[in-house]
Amino acid sequence: MSAVLIVIMAVPLGATVVSWWAGPRLAGLVTVLAGTATFGLAMALVPSVARYKDGTSAVGALGNWLRVDPLSLVFLLATAFLYCLTAIFSVGYVAADRAATRVYRRRLFAGLNLFAWAMAMAPMVNDLGLLWVAIEVTTVVSALLVAIEGTDGAIEAAWKYILIASLGLGLSLLATAVIYHAGSFSLGGSYDLSYTKLLGKASVFPAATVRLGYLLAVVGYGTKVGLFPVHTWLPDAHSEAPTPVSALLSGSLLATSFYAILRYYQITERAAGAAFARDVLAGFGVLTLLLGTLYLASQRDLKRLLAYSSIEHMGILAIGVSFASPLAIAGALLHVLAHAAAKGTSFFGAGSVARKLRTKDLERIRGGIGLLPWTGPMLVAGMLGLSAMPPFGTFRSELSIVAGGFAGGPGANTAEEAIAAIMVVLATLAFFGLSWHMGQSMLSPVPDSGTAVVKGETSRLMVLAMAFGLLGLVVLGVHPPAALDHLLNGAAAELGVAR
Amino acid sequence: MPVPLLGAVPSPPTTFDGVTEALAVLVLLVVFAMMREALLRSQVRLYAFQSLAVAALAGVLGASQHAGELYVLAGLSVALKVVLVPAVVLRLLSAAEVDLAGSHRFGVATMVLLGVVVSVIGFLTVSNIPINSSGINSLPVPALSAAAATVLVSFVLVMFRADVVSQAVGFFSMENGVSVASLVVAARMPLILEVGFLFDLLVAGVAFGVLMRAHHRRSASLSTETLDQLRG
Repeated sequence: MSAVLIVIMAVPLGATVVSWWAGPRLAGLVTVLAGTATFGLAMALVPSVARYKDGTSAVGALGNWLRVDPLSLVFLLATAFLYCLTAIFSVGYVAADRAATRVYRRRLFAGLNLFAWAMAMAPMVNDLGLLWVAIEVTTVVSALLVAIEGTDGAIEAAWKYILIASLGLGLSLLATAVIYHAGSFSLGGSYDLSYTKLLGKASVFPAATVRLGYLLAVVGYGTKVGLFPVHTWLPDAHSEAPTPVSALLSGSLLATSFYAILRYYQITERAAGAAFARDVLAGFGVLTLLLGTLYLASQRDLKRLLAYSSIEHMGILAIGVSFASPLAIAGALLHVLAHAAAKGTSFFGAGSVARKLRTKDLERIRGGIGLLPWTGPMLVAGMLGLSAMPPFGTFRSELSIVAGGFAGGPGANTAEEAIAAIMVVLATLAFFGLSWHMGQSMLSPVPDSGTAVVKGETSRLMVLAMAFGLLGLVVLGVHPPAALDHLLNGAAAELGVAR
Repeated sequence: MPVPLLGAVPSPPTTFDGVTEALAVLVLLVVFAMMREALLRSQVRLYAFQSLAVAALAGVLGASQHAGELYVLAGLSVALKVVLVPAVVLRLLSAAEVDLAGSHRFGVATMVLLGVVVSVIGFLTVSNIPINSSGINSLPVPALSAAAATVLVSFVLVMFRADVVSQAVGFFSMENGVSVASLVVAARMPLILEVGFLFDLLVAGVAFGVLMRAHHRRSASLSTETLDQLRG
């Protein structure tokens, strides 16, 4: 299995090189092949990593320099799934764009592959420092991708994004150094920051130093997750980027950055107690969920609406991990996958609508479902998925989180029940906000006059990508495969060792 | 007995400690110089000077801890942060040929005052963290405080200067603050990681350059005053 890791590392990188040098047609084909191969390979890892009995089974390669355990595989799967969908979508998206120049296509495909590569490397590397390097690479590549269309809005968004995210990542670099210092008492002056080494000795790390490192990491990486109050770049970048980039940013990048926080969480749990690690996440989670929900209702731009929905869902993730119950933690990890599918589908739909009607303005989008016979209903379904309606995966995951919060576990308290209740209320409010906008723009009748828009889809591939996304979301909701359940439980066990 | 402001120092500092602290404070003072500097070019040169101080710090620590890899790190820092990144930004500035004067949102005095306030916060915060009570190999509090203050003052620089060059220089100078901190608390981190961090800085520098250039092409200025379309 270790060869699989090396191939996963090589495939998107090779696709980057080929799409940079090849013509646009070949670049599209190579990107789709690379995306599909990466997803297939990540799936192939599931049975061997998810051996539930011992809980911590892992696959390593290159002298454990690459290592995939259940926790990292969950995030790798989310990225690989969305990479595959985005590749299919972007071939249609670029083909339908008559203004797209040869240079633009080349840059977009090469950029998407490189972006996906960096996001796949982040969970695969077995080192706190290399994790930082991978995440910084995602920032640089995605900031350039946000700016790729060169409009005033895109450049403004990209500038804010790279500046704010880089400042945040500066703090997470500081966090890396602080954890290194904490480890140097027991691991010696010079050692590598592999998780296996750190987690083995974390229980004897000085607690206060680890707490400092954890706080720096939550704020630093939290900048990229979109946690309140360091989320301000997120709506701009998501709304101004080309649609394939928005989908990857929202469905995959935010979760990948959250993964980085979880690695610090594991160390903190062992060194400074689970209560502290959880309380920090709970605080940031509730505030983030509140902000996302409140801003959802007042949006006027379709893609900004989805961006605030991402902030809301990141709040839910943080809350889910902050609960003591393994059920809630497994739910939060399922939420990573379900959110990737739901947000990918919705962004693809939003991009198709925006391209068809030549506007992202929610006031001006009317009769979406009538104009786009396939995209319209699927976008509605995707947004219902974002509202955690059955039969979608988000329903199952949010239900597990809330049930876990109420059921409690060892170390649970009344505060958890209160937070679970707050989450129910805010998620319901978010549902109202999303449904209101969706009803107004998509389910309204097609305006009689003033539109020269002809009924029909822009591209079959764009529809296909949405259909796959929706299919994944339904499978996660109705009947997730047993191996996936084992994987999620194994990953949840990794996050609750010191309980 | 009077209590020292910056945390109790158990034994008199060695020469190496003294030099380390002096260099860390120098890095902090350079951020203040950047704040009051109106010319963007001079700001970039100040950054190069600041980076030189960081590289010197790596060299000093290499000598005090007999760690050869720190000399390599110092050399790489000089090549990248003293020569390459400033050269890229300066080249961009000579291509732009406009807006050589930086734009302050507040007066210089207000900015410096703000910087003083946040650096006091940085010093007090670090000296109040109970980590140096762990006994063995306690944190080098004065140098770490100066590094924390550098990070915070750089934040002020980024927030209150309204041009892309100052904001980028603010980011780079924050990164120097982080470098000082990681040198004093984690000097023996494997060289491969340090090289990774430096390489990322270079890549980020290139991306900053590309975006600055794109911004300048669109708006014919380096000011961020026009970047106010996206709200809500």
